[in-house]
Amino acid sequence: MLTDQERPVEQPPVEAPATKRPAFHLNRQGRAAHVFLIPWQLGFLLITAVPLFASLYLAFTDYDILNPPEWSGLENFRRMVDDDQFWASVKVTLVYVVVSVPLQLGFALLLALILDRGLSGLAFYRSAFYLPSLLGTSVAIAILWREIFGDAGLINKGLALIGIDGESWLQNPKTALATLIVLNVWTFGSPMVIFLAGLRQIPDELYEAAKVDGAGVWRQFAHVTVPLLTPIIFFNLILQTIGAFQTFTQAHIISGGTGGPANSTLFYTLYVYQQGFVAFDMGYASALAWVLMAVIGVVTALHFLASKYWVFYGDN
Amino acid sequence: MTATLTPAPTAVLRQRRFRSALKHTGLLVFVAFMVYPLVWMVVSAFKPADQILTDPGLIPKDLTLDNFKDGWHALNRPFSVFFLNSLLVTLGSIVGNLFSCSLTAYALARLQFRMRKLYFAITLASVMLPFHVLVIPQYIFFSQFDLVNTYWPLLIPKFLATDAFFVFLMVQFIRTLPRELDRAAWIDGAGPFLTFWYVVLPLMRPALVTTTIFTFIWTWNDFFVPLIYLTRTQVFTVPVALNSMVDSETQSGVGMLFAMSLLSLLPILVFFAFAQKYLIRGIATTGLK
Repeated sequence: MLTDQERPVEQPPVEAPATKRPAFHLNRQGRAAHVFLIPWQLGFLLITAVPLFASLYLAFTDYDILNPPEWSGLENFRRMVDDDQFWASVKVTLVYVVVSVPLQLGFALLLALILDRGLSGLAFYRSAFYLPSLLGTSVAIAILWREIFGDAGLINKGLALIGIDGESWLQNPKTALATLIVLNVWTFGSPMVIFLAGLRQIPDELYEAAKVDGAGVWRQFAHVTVPLLTPIIFFNLILQTIGAFQTFTQAHIISGGTGGPANSTLFYTLYVYQQGFVAFDMGYASALAWVLMAVIGVVTALHFLASKYWVFYGDN
Repeated sequence: MTATLTPAPTAVLRQRRFRSALKHTGLLVFVAFMVYPLVWMVVSAFKPADQILTDPGLIPKDLTLDNFKDGWHALNRPFSVFFLNSLLVTLGSIVGNLFSCSLTAYALARLQFRMRKLYFAITLASVMLPFHVLVIPQYIFFSQFDLVNTYWPLLIPKFLATDAFFVFLMVQFIRTLPRELDRAAWIDGAGPFLTFWYVVLPLMRPALVTTTIFTFIWTWNDFFVPLIYLTRTQVFTVPVALNSMVDSETQSGVGMLFAMSLLSLLPILVFFAFAQKYLIRGIATTGLK
């Protein structure tokens, strides 16, 4: 089941024995394909390709949507260098990605391992842990988080019971980001479900063989489970990293759209939004968006390069 | 004789049972911890507003529906308007994705044409493309056609197969269907369109169900796109309406916020209850969130 994600990259699509068919048949397929693909082609052109190049162009202009864009060369990128808010948002986003993704995946893997080995009630636990992922990116949950970590929120009420006088977690620049990291870790259910599916793909014979060779529980884990699970770990890592870079809703609701206090929840996408749709500085916002894309591209490429050293594909 | 043999197995069994009980206790505590915030929100929505933040417990002293009544009319339009708007956008998106992604996926998975590999590669690559890099030109484009504060900017992309993830999901699914079925239909004289409609589409049901579920959840929760395009209260979807309630929040507003937040999650919870099996299978096979 899980191999579905890897297949398109690794396996060429199954070719029909089209070569033996008369040419008109192929033409007919080609013509039909173009009709089937009218929506996709329009979408690719109008919703993806043209906007992509338009925003690349706008990145080199000064544009406020009311007046036509004015070419400004590298000015937008030069501006970033001296823009404290830009650097603040880079820092916030990187800390968030680097801290919350490994934590989230760690929880996901741990729980998947606990649930995997023939535990009764699997379906119940899986649903219960999955539920937060389903809701986690909604405005409603972000609102809930505001009240949990607020001045008189649930956390401080709990701390008061054991005699600790907590301050507002959201008003303190040192802890505001942590509340959002907790929120992301709380949604570990969806990578957990993927891990569970991956664990089920590991053939029992391998564990049997390891046992025969005298491997204990830990060595089975280190030499059978982990190596065979690395493709799934890698897949989850890529998916969650790309997602974490683009976190917006939670940061917007928690800070009321400001990214405060003291820019401590100014996620990169929130800054792009502020520049583009609050300040209507669309040239600068486009430049920021392209930097984001470049960073995500580079990080993803690095992950793929590094994967050669730690991801184990059974077939090579 | 039996007496000498039984002690060892029962001891092992007892130990195993003890371990399993320990595991379940630990897991249940963890589940309770994970779900506590949600339960707290549900209970709080029914508490009088002044008791929500003073009493963190789960058993309310007084129950009231005031939060729902007040919250429903907290903005200058009732929430029924926002729920209808959300429903409209969500249903439209589902129809759009089912229509456009299945057509695209069939062509990419089954038909022979020159650009096929390139198109499939583009589809895969666009899954990774951050939306923010497209949103500004898209906004300019839609605002030039005077479509801000309408649902077209939200719906048109869905009818043009831009949710590449679903195209990918369906292509993968069609590839698992036996090709002999299509071929038999072709031999019987059905062209690609009839084959698609009468043979492939009915067999794609599981993939269509997964697409429906995830389009529903994503669109219902979507905040960024509606926030940009919908600025007039009468066209707000539920998340945008909640956001504007947050902006005008006062201490007594917490109850209303919780009540409306809870209502906004209800459709997703209902969907989750009914479609759980498909949902779990969907994430397990595709990694959708």
